[in-house]
Amino acid sequence: MTTETLLEQSIIEGVLATAMARGGEFAEIFVEDRSTSSATLDQRRVEELTSGRERGAGIRVVVGDTTGFAHTADLSPASLQRAAEAAASVARSGGGGTVTVALESHRGHTTIAQELPSSVDKKRKIEMLLHADEVARSAGDAISQVQVALGDSSRRFIVANSEGTFAGDHQVRTRFNVSCIAAGDTGMQTGYRPVAGTRGFEMLSPERIAEAASGAARQAIAKLQSRPAPSGDLPVVLAGGSGGILFHEACGHGLEADAILKQASIYAGKVGEQVASELVTLVDDGTVMGEWGYLAIDDEGRPASRNVLIENGILTDYMWDFLRARKEGRVSSGNGRRQTYAHLPLVRMTNTYLLEGTSTPEEIIASTPYGVYVAQLGGGQVNTTTGDFVFGMTEAYLIENGEITTPLRECNLIGNGPDVLKRVDAVANDFSMTPGTCGKDGQQVPVGTGQATMRLTGVTIGGTAA
Amino acid sequence: MSDLLALAQSIVARATGSEQIEVFVASSTEVDVEAYQGAIESLTTASSDGIGIRVLRDGAGGAQVGSAWAGSLDEEAISAALREARDNVQFASEDEYLAFARPDGVLPVSLELVSDDIELVSLDEKIAMAIALEQAVRHGDPRIRQVDSASYSDYRAASAIASTTGIAARYARTGAYLSVSPIASDGKDDQSGWGLSAGRGPRDLSIEQAAEDAIRRATRMLGATKPKSRKTVAVFDPRTAASLMSIIGGSLSGEAVVRGRSFFAGRMGEVVGSSDITLVDDPTDARHFAASIFDGEGLACRRNTLIEDGVLKAFVYDTVSARRAGTTSTGSALRGGIGGSPSAGCRALQMTPGHLNQAEIFEAIGDGVFVESLSGVHSGVNPISGDFSVGITGLVIRDGQLAEPIREATVASTLQRMLQDVIYVGSDQEWLPGSAAGQTIAIDGISVSGS
Repeated sequence: MTTETLLEQSIIEGVLATAMARGGEFAEIFVEDRSTSSATLDQRRVEELTSGRERGAGIRVVVGDTTGFAHTADLSPASLQRAAEAAASVARSGGGGTVTVALESHRGHTTIAQELPSSVDKKRKIEMLLHADEVARSAGDAISQVQVALGDSSRRFIVANSEGTFAGDHQVRTRFNVSCIAAGDTGMQTGYRPVAGTRGFEMLSPERIAEAASGAARQAIAKLQSRPAPSGDLPVVLAGGSGGILFHEACGHGLEADAILKQASIYAGKVGEQVASELVTLVDDGTVMGEWGYLAIDDEGRPASRNVLIENGILTDYMWDFLRARKEGRVSSGNGRRQTYAHLPLVRMTNTYLLEGTSTPEEIIASTPYGVYVAQLGGGQVNTTTGDFVFGMTEAYLIENGEITTPLRECNLIGNGPDVLKRVDAVANDFSMTPGTCGKDGQQVPVGTGQATMRLTGVTIGGTAA
Repeated sequence: MSDLLALAQSIVARATGSEQIEVFVASSTEVDVEAYQGAIESLTTASSDGIGIRVLRDGAGGAQVGSAWAGSLDEEAISAALREARDNVQFASEDEYLAFARPDGVLPVSLELVSDDIELVSLDEKIAMAIALEQAVRHGDPRIRQVDSASYSDYRAASAIASTTGIAARYARTGAYLSVSPIASDGKDDQSGWGLSAGRGPRDLSIEQAAEDAIRRATRMLGATKPKSRKTVAVFDPRTAASLMSIIGGSLSGEAVVRGRSFFAGRMGEVVGSSDITLVDDPTDARHFAASIFDGEGLACRRNTLIEDGVLKAFVYDTVSARRAGTTSTGSALRGGIGGSPSAGCRALQMTPGHLNQAEIFEAIGDGVFVESLSGVHSGVNPISGDFSVGITGLVIRDGQLAEPIREATVASTLQRMLQDVIYVGSDQEWLPGSAAGQTIAIDGISVSGS
C-alpha cells in the first residue's frame, strides 16, 4: 500500500485552502496511520500481547510568528475542515479571498524493512522471547529474573503544505529489549541490552537475540561485585556506542535551532568558533540506513540529510526545522520531527554521532593511570541554557594503572557541555551506535547516538566513595 | 462527549461464551497557548478519544489475557480492537493469579474534580493569561533577558471502565496550568528557572505566583559554582522532595514487591525509615491534584497508610498483584493511558507534616546544601538496588541561612539510607501536580560531588 492512499489529494487540497483562507502564510496537513504491537515475557510467563492502531491528522497554520494547530482522529472531510478552521483561527486579519493550493506530484517512500511486523506470526514472536530468556538464564545461577520485551511499529504518513510539498513515508521500527536481575550477597543488580532499528524482523536473528540476552545477564552478574563509585573529578573512558549520548545531551540539544533563535543556548552566535577539541567532528545524520533515528523524509516532508555540526572542533551549523529555517531565510536541514499527528513538529536530532579517530581502545585504556571506564551509559538530561548535563553510568569500572579493574555501583556523571567538549583527548577507531528515546517538550522520538571509545580528561563522578 | 460508560458497556455485552471483557474508554479536549514576546507563539486546540480492550479466558492452568487499543471511537476501530485482543489471548501464558477486578463493596467517595471554568473562561481570556504571564516574567526583573517559554494549558478528560465482572465506573476531571521558564543573566552567566501554577480550572491559577517563582529560581542561581565534594545534610525543597517521594512510592507498589523488584520486599512491619516519616497514599483527599474517585480498574480509591512513624505498614495493590501476594486490591491500579494494562502504584502520596517550617529547618541544621532542582532522575536512581545519584542545582546553607548558589553537582546515597537519614520533615506541605505532595525534607549523610 502506498502512502498516497491515506487521504485523497482533492481532500488535502481543499483542507489546505480552508486553512489558508483567513490570511495564513503557510498551512500544512500531516496524516498518519500507525499500527503497533508489543509482547512481554516476565519470569518465563508471556504476560500479554497488545496491538494498537492510531489514525489522525494534524493541521497547522502559520501567520507571522504565530502558529495555530488542531488535530483530529476523524479523517472525514467535514472533521478535517473543522480542524483546518480551528487552526486558521490564529490568522485574524481576515484574508477572505479564495485560496487555491496546488500540490506537486506525490513523493512517496517505502520502508526498507524486509520482513514487515504484520507478516510475522505471533507464535514466532513468543519463541524469540523464550529464546532470550533461556540464553540469559544460562549465563549463571545468579540470574534471578529475566524480562524480555518485543515491540514493533509501522507508521505511514503523508505531509502536504501550501507551498506544494506532497510527500509520504512508511517507517517500520522493531525493538527487542532484555533486562536481567542478578541476586547476590550484596543485593540485587540489573543488566539491560536493547536491539533496535528502523528495520523489520530480519534484524532479529537468533544470534542477535542471544547476544543481547547474554550481554544483559553478564552485565547484571558483573555488577554484583561492584563497589561504590568514587566522588569527584576523574578521567573517564567511554566505550564505543552508548557514549554517544554524551554528545546528544552535552551539545546536540544546544545546537537545535529553536534554542538558538531564542538565545536560549550557550551555542548561539558561535558558528565558526572553536567549541570543542580538534578531535571532535560531530554529525547529525538521518540517512544512516536502518539505524533507530533513520528516516527517508522528516515529518515536514524534507529529505533526511547528513549535517556536520562541529568539524575538527569548530562549530559549523545548527539543526533546523521548517519554521526556524523560514525565519532565517534558509531551508530546513531535515530535522523537523513529531511524536504523532497530534504533536507540532519540533527541531529534533536523528542519528547523532562523533566520527571515529585513529587510536585503539586498548591504547586509550593503557594510557589512563587512574579513572573510570564506562561500558554502558544510560539516559541523560541537559539544561540547554547553562549546558550542564547529567547521565547515568549503568555499567562502569575503575581503571587502575592502565587496566580495567573493579565494577562500580550505578551513579550519574555530571558535567558542562562546552567544557567537556574541550576535554576530549583521545578517540579510537571502534565506532558503533546505540538506539535511544529522546524526550523534548513532552514528545518522544527514536534517535540513534554513536561514537568510538574515547577519553575525557575529567568529568565529575557522582558516587559516594571518598 | 457521549455517554462513555454506555459505550463501554455495549462493548462488554459482546462477550461470548466464557470470555471476560474489560473496556476502558477515554475522551478529552485540550487547549494549549504558548506566548512569546507579547504575542501568541502557538495555539493548539484538540480533542482525542481512545479505547483499550482486554479479553480474558480461563484455562486449566489459569487465565490468559490479550489486549488491543485504538485512538478513535468509531465502530470500525472498536471492532478491529476487539478482534485483535481476542486473537492475542491465545499467545499469553496461563496464570492462576490473573483476573479482572470485581466490585468489592467499598463505596466511592464524592470528590469535585471538575471546574466548569474550563468552558466558562473564553479562549481569548486564556490567551491573555499566557501573554500576561510571559510579560510579567520578562519585565519582572532587569536580570531576566529571555522568556524561553510561557504557556497556559488546560484539559477536560472523561473516562469509563466496564467489565463482565460487574465493574461500571465513570469519572471526569479538569486541570489548568500556567508554566514559564525564563533565562536570567548577569552579563557573564546565564541561568534558567521554572515557575508553575496549577489548578482544576483557569480561575484557580495565579500569574503572580508562577512569575515570582520562576524569576526567583532563575535569578538566585546567577553566579553558581561547583561546590566542594563532601558528605553533608541535603535539604530538599517541596518540589524536589515530591520527586523523592514518588520514587519511594514506586518501590511501595505491591507489584514491584511480588516480582522481587523492590528494596522493601520482605520488610513488612520493620523500621525502614526515621520515625519522622509517615507516608500515606490518599487519592480521596480532594486537596491533592491527583485525587481520584476510582482506580484504573474501576474500584473505589481509598486511603492507604504505607509507612507509619518509620515502620513499613502496607503496600499498594491492584487485583492481580494482590492475588499473587495473597491479599486483596487496595484500589491502587494505575493505567498509563488507553494502551496500558493496569498496574499497582501510588497515586496521591502525602507525608504527615512535621513541626518546623523551611527557615527553621535551615536554622536547625546550620550547614548543608539546599536542593532546588534535580536532573537525571530517570538514569540515576535504581529502584531495585536502591542506588541513588542525581544532578542538582541549589544553594549552600551556611550558619542556618541560604548562601551562594551551586550547580554541576550530584547528591548520592541509597534510597534505603536516605529514609533512615531523614532528620526533619517540614510543616510546609505544598499541593503539587504529580503523584506526591511536597514539603521540605532534610536528609543527613548525603554525598555531594563537585570539585
